[in-house]
Amino acid sequence: MEQGRTIPEGGLTLSSISVPRPAATPVVLPVSKAVLWLVGTAILALAAYYFVGVDQGAVSVFGKDMHIHEFVHDARHFLGFPCH
Amino acid sequence: MEKKLILRGILAGAVAGLLAFLFARVFAEPQIGRAIDYENGRDAAQAALDKAAGLPAEAADPDLFSRTIQADVGIGVGMIVFGMAMGALFAVAYTVCLGRVGGLRARGLALAVAGGGFLGMYLVPFLKYPANPPAIGHEDTIRARSGLYLLMVVCSVAFLVGAAWLGRRLQPRLGNWNATLLAAGAFVLAIGAVMLILPPLGHLASNKQHFGDHPTETPLPLTDAHGRIVYPGFPADVLFSFRLYSVAAQLLLWSAIGLVFAPMAERLLRPRPEAALRGAAPVPA
Repeated sequence: MEQGRTIPEGGLTLSSISVPRPAATPVVLPVSKAVLWLVGTAILALAAYYFVGVDQGAVSVFGKDMHIHEFVHDARHFLGFPCH
Repeated sequence: MEKKLILRGILAGAVAGLLAFLFARVFAEPQIGRAIDYENGRDAAQAALDKAAGLPAEAADPDLFSRTIQADVGIGVGMIVFGMAMGALFAVAYTVCLGRVGGLRARGLALAVAGGGFLGMYLVPFLKYPANPPAIGHEDTIRARSGLYLLMVVCSVAFLVGAAWLGRRLQPRLGNWNATLLAAGAFVLAIGAVMLILPPLGHLASNKQHFGDHPTETPLPLTDAHGRIVYPGFPADVLFSFRLYSVAAQLLLWSAIGLVFAPMAERLLRPRPEAALRGAAPVPA
């Protein structure tokens, strides 16, 4: 049972255990290539933010209808948006 | 890579939104219920006063959804959609920041971006225009209030981005500590100036005209023609609890986005040793 546990003679030196610090976040994405995905995602996310937080209050894309506003009413108050 | 990061951001946001919904269901809904009870009681008292004064009664808004639907389903959908939207924005910011913000690694960057989202999208705007429960907020001013709130959100986010950029610019000359302090100070000064310039909600023209000179729209006691109080002002404890829970829910949401996203990003961004080995020594056919 003891055979598997051999301690190397001389022990570990500091240099042998120090690993090079991995590069900070190793991948740098070229924003120019990813730009379509990034901008598209941001626009969709902002649209969702708008419908949860603002629509059918100060401005409305569905006219006088109040269904979205009334449905998410509690979330709108609780997330900090101004409400009636 | 950006597609994978965005997908993970939305996933983290959905988990975070679900947690925030559960928190809201347990802690916020009782306070919202009390606020709505207050509103109904006040409306009834106001109607009695109007009737005594011979004024026509105001028509009540029709209820499109029952309170049960609003408090159990509506708030859930709202919180989860909000969480997913914030997760998506978070992933976009994270992707742009990757490798461009100094010594941070995958997981640390996730927490830093989530912290920025909490500050910029919620907490700093909240300091000027805090969340209000139902019964607080006049219908006539919804346009102005929405515009002012969104302006605060835009300024907070823009100034945070500016502060991060400034910190990076100053870092080589001043070192990490001083550059960070200076950038934070610049942010506080800039957003403080905006907060000073923007009006308190009670000072909006229509509020001054109808309700007098008060800093906020929080309902004061209702008085009859002789100045006697016939209905109390909005209960302070309900207002405090609602706002405290609102901050707590957003803190929970953004922490969850950062903490759920961090290990997924770490796994995604870690260079794969087995892939490198395979490239170096192709498997014999």
